[in-house]
Amino acid sequence: MKSAIIVFPGTNRERDMAIALERVSGRKPAMVFHLDTALPAGTDLVVLPGGFSHGDYLRCGAMAAQSPIMKAVRDFAAGGGLVLGVCNGFQILTEAGLLPGALLRNATLRFLSMDCHMRVERADTPFTQHWQKGAVFRSPMAHGDGNYFCDDTTLARLNGEGLVAFRYATPEGAITEAANRNGARDNIAGILSPNLRICGLMPHPEDLVDPLMGGEDGLPLFTSLLDSLASA
Amino acid sequence: MPKNGVLDPQGKAIGHALASLGFDGVAEVRAGKVIELELAETDPAKAQAAAEEMARRLLANTVIESFRVELA
Repeated sequence: MKSAIIVFPGTNRERDMAIALERVSGRKPAMVFHLDTALPAGTDLVVLPGGFSHGDYLRCGAMAAQSPIMKAVRDFAAGGGLVLGVCNGFQILTEAGLLPGALLRNATLRFLSMDCHMRVERADTPFTQHWQKGAVFRSPMAHGDGNYFCDDTTLARLNGEGLVAFRYATPEGAITEAANRNGARDNIAGILSPNLRICGLMPHPEDLVDPLMGGEDGLPLFTSLLDSLASA
Repeated sequence: MPKNGVLDPQGKAIGHALASLGFDGVAEVRAGKVIELELAETDPAKAQAAAEEMARRLLANTVIESFRVELA
């Protein structure tokens, strides 16, 4: 696993992400600056971490999506490379057009900093293969703009083609309005590209990967990625 | 501006604040943004076209927003 974490001005969760990636792979990820124009040779996983790139000015992720490095990320994705976007990284992927939809201001207008639970909607992807379908796991989340929106056509396609990776759920796995704190359409917390190689989600599984953090609920995301790369 | 059908929580919050100030009869509030551009281009048609391209590429996210360009 030769991962690269993209760092934009205002990114602040890159070190959390590096801890998670190093924990499963034993290998330090490369930190790649937004003004760079190429990924390190041999990169097999690109991660866009959380934070507030460019101060969230204009729209969350809008300016990061236009950064010089994003050309290399697009090319990497077009070649079937694995791309993970968490929180601001998910927002950047939608602004870059690599994933459909957009992340709106939370319906309550409140910044949400708390744990949530997500239900794994499919377990046959590079991002989710170490969970069972329907498994529920806990994850911290921290965002002001995590309210997933897309038009009806796109929503039908995401649901119909099984491109929803994670939905906000109760700890028992029920998809309820109350569990959907940010107001996302159909409780969508994370989605996949049609080729299942790009995944974006709002919560932060990387912040629950060690007993010292209070649990390892987020670890399967990273062990899944490691395994899918090892067997590739 | 947020497109029709796109939830606009900021507009809703502003509407609530107006109601609490005693402004009755405000049916709906939608909040967008105005971006002023000073362009070197002096030809109005070219300036209009350039601004529309900027809006499509960066200034607006047409998944959730509509935009309108006006020359001043």
